[in-house]
Amino acid sequence: MRIRVRFSKLGKVRWTSHRDIARVWERVIRRAGLPIAYSQGFSPHPKLHFGLALSTGHESLAEYVDLDLADDAPNLPGPAELDALPARLSAVLPVGIEVDAVGVIPTSTTSLQQAVESCEWDIEVRGAAVADLDAAVARVLAAPELVVTRQRKGKDVTDDIRPYVLDLAVVGPTDAGARLHAHLATQPRGLRVAELLSVLGCGEEGAVRRTHQWTLVDGARTEPLAAASEATSTPLAERRAS
Amino acid sequence: MTIWTQLEPLLGKVQKPARYIGCEDGAQVPEHHPDRAAWLLAYPDTYEIGLPNQGLQILREIVNERADGVAERAYAPWTDLEALLRAEGLPLFSVDSHRAAGDFDLLAFNLSAELTYTNLVNLIDLAGCPVRSVDRSADDLLVGVGGHCTYNPEPIADFVDFVVLGDGEEAVGEITEVVAAWKRAGKPDRLEVLRSLAGIAGVYVPCLYTPVYGDDGLLVETVPNDPAAPEVVEKRTIADLGEWPYPKQQLVPLTEVVHDRLNVEVFRGCTRGCRFCQAGMITRPVRERPAEQVRTMVSEGLKRTGYDEVALTSLSTADFSGIEEVVRDTVDDPSCGNVSVSLPSLRVDAFTVGIAGEIQKARRTGLTFAPEAGTWRMRQVINKLIREEDLYAAVRSAYSQGWRRMKLYFLVGLPTETDEDTLGIARLARNCVEIGREHHKSPSVTVSVGGFVPKAFTPFQWFGQNTREELARKVNLLRDELRRDRAVQLKWHDPKATVAEGLVSRGDRRMADVIEDVWRHGGTFQEWSEHFDLRLWEDALERAGLRVEDLAYRHRAEDETLPWDHLSAGLHKDFLWQDWRDALDEVGLEDCRWTPCYDCGACTGYGVEHVVASAVPPAGGSQGTGQDLAVGGEVPVTLLASKPVPAGAGS
Repeated sequence: MRIRVRFSKLGKVRWTSHRDIARVWERVIRRAGLPIAYSQGFSPHPKLHFGLALSTGHESLAEYVDLDLADDAPNLPGPAELDALPARLSAVLPVGIEVDAVGVIPTSTTSLQQAVESCEWDIEVRGAAVADLDAAVARVLAAPELVVTRQRKGKDVTDDIRPYVLDLAVVGPTDAGARLHAHLATQPRGLRVAELLSVLGCGEEGAVRRTHQWTLVDGARTEPLAAASEATSTPLAERRAS
Repeated sequence: MTIWTQLEPLLGKVQKPARYIGCEDGAQVPEHHPDRAAWLLAYPDTYEIGLPNQGLQILREIVNERADGVAERAYAPWTDLEALLRAEGLPLFSVDSHRAAGDFDLLAFNLSAELTYTNLVNLIDLAGCPVRSVDRSADDLLVGVGGHCTYNPEPIADFVDFVVLGDGEEAVGEITEVVAAWKRAGKPDRLEVLRSLAGIAGVYVPCLYTPVYGDDGLLVETVPNDPAAPEVVEKRTIADLGEWPYPKQQLVPLTEVVHDRLNVEVFRGCTRGCRFCQAGMITRPVRERPAEQVRTMVSEGLKRTGYDEVALTSLSTADFSGIEEVVRDTVDDPSCGNVSVSLPSLRVDAFTVGIAGEIQKARRTGLTFAPEAGTWRMRQVINKLIREEDLYAAVRSAYSQGWRRMKLYFLVGLPTETDEDTLGIARLARNCVEIGREHHKSPSVTVSVGGFVPKAFTPFQWFGQNTREELARKVNLLRDELRRDRAVQLKWHDPKATVAEGLVSRGDRRMADVIEDVWRHGGTFQEWSEHFDLRLWEDALERAGLRVEDLAYRHRAEDETLPWDHLSAGLHKDFLWQDWRDALDEVGLEDCRWTPCYDCGACTGYGVEHVVASAVPPAGGSQGTGQDLAVGGEVPVTLLASKPVPAGAGS
């Protein structure tokens, strides 16, 4: 049985790396007593499948991990246990990480890494005036192409990042700058927030939060797993993380 | 007050920011109060090295359980964050509530390695406190230290206000009481609180003692200058480990650290009597934790933390009475899941390998043995009485059970060592490879060689350490010998670092100038090879008018006053001297747990005895009792003590 877990990562814990969080999950699964399936072979490891890595320092309201459970385990969770699972997992997760939803998915489901087409971001641009950021956003959206050079495996790689910018909008001012909403594509590679800010060319990266990950199901944008009760769970996570 | 809001913008600019956020499972943010003594417990190295330190975790819990104390933790920020903190005018902070160090009453360090001393000074400074205790006023932090290094605290005596010798479980409460009372009284005279601290058993207050030096530059005595100071400070020893089942809530870090697993201490102390081993000497007598409590701590700890590995910690863990039962129960306990047990300190014999085979069914990576010396003669000198047959039996057993990689630890620069002894290391390693070939196509043996540094309160405290050149020559001898041997990988500790360790290991208070000088010239993180710089130490020595020859390379005489003579680890000095003579005569000494007492002083002085559940020694080779102590070596060696040459004279 494969289950998909949706969780948030807010507050101090955002300074942990993707790898740190993977290790946290391995311990949490043991603590919660979930019958995780193990890979075969010389050094068996638990079968966890993570989605797109979140950069160290970024928050998220929409992280996902898929867990393969051992179907023959006597303690395989039933429907009632699955309903209780978000609370059970949240109780043993670090402060700032909160499970918002758990759902059973077919084992044939495309992996999160491949299925997610785009992400939405809430980005604080420190030191940027709203008007300047507005102008930069208009310039980027109007550009037919945005060729950047980046280092990849020690070599300079040139590519056009314009196709990755699906939407940009200035939300308003913050204490230290301006807030930007961005919708960025993730296939074939994820455009990094830092890359976007460098083409915008005004202000520095402040607080960054992933708000959504989107897959395409029959042409419609769909979340890999909807948050069970977004209205209540988010403030709770915020409160715990602060 | 928390400095989190100022700190957080810096975290995006540094490596591994997760080091600084705390948030571990088991962490707590205690409630500070004007009536409560607030401890900032610090480890003078990075978070990854310091977090697993069991001493600090034990003390943190004990203080936080008290009504009159609170404790948080701090670690050395890496150089990138330190630079940013200094640029922003931010201080050292706790990782629990990100409170500034200055908000605490005590800043206390665990010291487990001499090369962290410059970090100690750096952190005191980063805490906003004068680095010399003499410059501090009532409002400044009380700076304390504990841990194995503090058995010779003299090199850092000028930087600290108090030193705790021995087990801290009881002393930490008594110190809390004294400091909380002083705080409630509005922190009047600083000297008064220091005097009160000096009245606590096991607490040494350096400023209440004055060292006297002779014209020849030798220390004559270290005497109390205040009636509150006892003439000799005895270490603290807790009689019953079972009364202290700490840590109860071992911290589970969010980011990777060393020893990232559940750790359960199964006993404290060791009486094998290895003469180079300070830990074995200063932690006597042996006090075992009741097996039932070990089982509970293991199973509850695993459930609470989610770890899949538990280490049973102690010196020479296979000596724990009933080790097999405890290990088997843990591995077989279905509620613990798929758990591996590790025994970080293992004896060298087949029995031990048998246990290891039982517990490492899942992940069989490598096995480490520490014969320490290459010949039986040399091992008699250091009293590590492993016969060659024992090592080969252990190695054969390990290879036959599926291990392919073996690691062997050795010391070079031991007393009376000859090139034959050094080359014996290569011979042993080759023989191990040969045994491996009976079982595998390409067995591999890693030989790890450290330079020997004599330590306080060991029989080798009188021995003049090998010079850097001599250590380098011995390492090269081994390199040449093993150059064409692909199956043997040689690794060695930098002899330059060994020199610096030797300087502080047995130095006196005059070393404070050197340590401060190294720090002022940027010499922090000296434990890290990329930061270690012997030149800083050599230059500092020269400026202080001190010489490495006198501090590290010189044999001490029987009647010479040692810098730690006004402190006591419970061991009689004449016992240590006799053991030193026995070493030079190549006479081994059996483990006293199961044989008559040698009157070392560790038990009698404190009215405690070995707490050992089993009246018979564990099974095994020559390391159990009934050892085959074949007397060898007919030519006793004498090492003549030398006097220091006044700096500037001659040469």
